[in-house]
Amino acid sequence: MAVCVAVIAKENYPLYIRSAPTENELKFHYMVHTSLDVVDEKISAMGKALVDQRELYLGLLYPTEDYKVYGYVTNSKVKFVMVVDSSNTALRDNEIRSMFRKLHNSYTDVMCNPFYNPGDRIQSRAFDSMVTSMMIQVC
Amino acid sequence: MADAALFEFLHMEMVAELWAHHSDPGPGVSAGSRGKEARAATGQKMSLSVLEGMGFRVGQALGERLPQETLAFREELDVLKFLCKDLWVAVFQKQMDSLRTNHQGTYVLQDNSFPLLIRMASGPQYLEEAPKFLAFTCGLLRGTLSTLGIKSLVTASVASLPTCKFQVVIQKT
Repeated sequence: MAVCVAVIAKENYPLYIRSAPTENELKFHYMVHTSLDVVDEKISAMGKALVDQRELYLGLLYPTEDYKVYGYVTNSKVKFVMVVDSSNTALRDNEIRSMFRKLHNSYTDVMCNPFYNPGDRIQSRAFDSMVTSMMIQVC
Repeated sequence: MADAALFEFLHMEMVAELWAHHSDPGPGVSAGSRGKEARAATGQKMSLSVLEGMGFRVGQALGERLPQETLAFREELDVLKFLCKDLWVAVFQKQMDSLRTNHQGTYVLQDNSFPLLIRMASGPQYLEEAPKFLAFTCGLLRGTLSTLGIKSLVTASVASLPTCKFQVVIQKT
C-alpha cells in the first residue's frame, strides 16, 4: 500500500505531497526530499549511458528497513516519488509501473485544465481522489 | 477528416475577433492622427501577444500530453525533431517539411504549405496579413519547448504564402 505520494516539479519543489498515516508526516517529507538526490543520479547516469532507450520508470530508488521508495520521471522533468510499505511483499514491479502510469495520466489531465497555472500547487479534487484510491486499494 | 477544419475555423475566428477592435477609433481623447496610429500599432502588438500567449498555454499542455508514451529525449535535437514530426502531425496532420540548424542554438523550421495559410492565397497576395495568423503557432512552439525544458524565442517569417519559416532561438541561461 502506498503510504506517500509526491509530485515534484522540474525546479525540485513539491507540487503535491500526501501521506496516508497522518502522524509522522515530516518523516515522509524528508524521505521524499532525500530521494531526489537518487533520482538526479539516475537521470544523469542514463544520459551518459550509450543505451538507445531511456525509460521513464526509474524503479526502486532505495530501500529502508520499513519502506521502499520508487521513482518515475516524465519528459518534462516532473518527478513522481512513491513510498510503499516494505511489509507488503505482494507488490510487484508491474503493479508499481501501472500506478505510476495512472499518476502520469492524472497529472497530464491537471496540466490541460485551463484553470491550472503550470507551477502552482495541485489542488484538483480529481487528482486527490485518484491518489486516495491508490493509497487504499493496493494493500 | 473534418477535425482539421474545426481547428482552422476556430483559429480564424480568434484572429478575427482580436482584430475587430482595431477598426473602430479608440475611446478617449486622441492627440491627432499620429496618436491614433500609435495607439493602433500598440493595440495590434497587444493582440499579437495575446494570440501568442494563448498558443503558449496550449503548447504547455500539449508538451505534457503528447510525449507521454515516448521515451525520454536525450538531447535538444531530439526535442526539435519531436516538434517537427509528432507535434505537427497532431495539430496539422502533416509533418514539417524541413529543419535546419546552425548547431549553435538556432533552428529554422520550414513548412511549404502551412495549413492555416493555405486557404488564403498562394503567392505574394495578403503578405501583410500573414503575421497575425502565425502568432498562435509561434506561441504553440514556445510553450511546448518550455514544458520540455528549453527556453526559447520563436519568430515566424513569410516570403510568399503558404510557405512559412519558424525561427527558434534557444536562450541559454
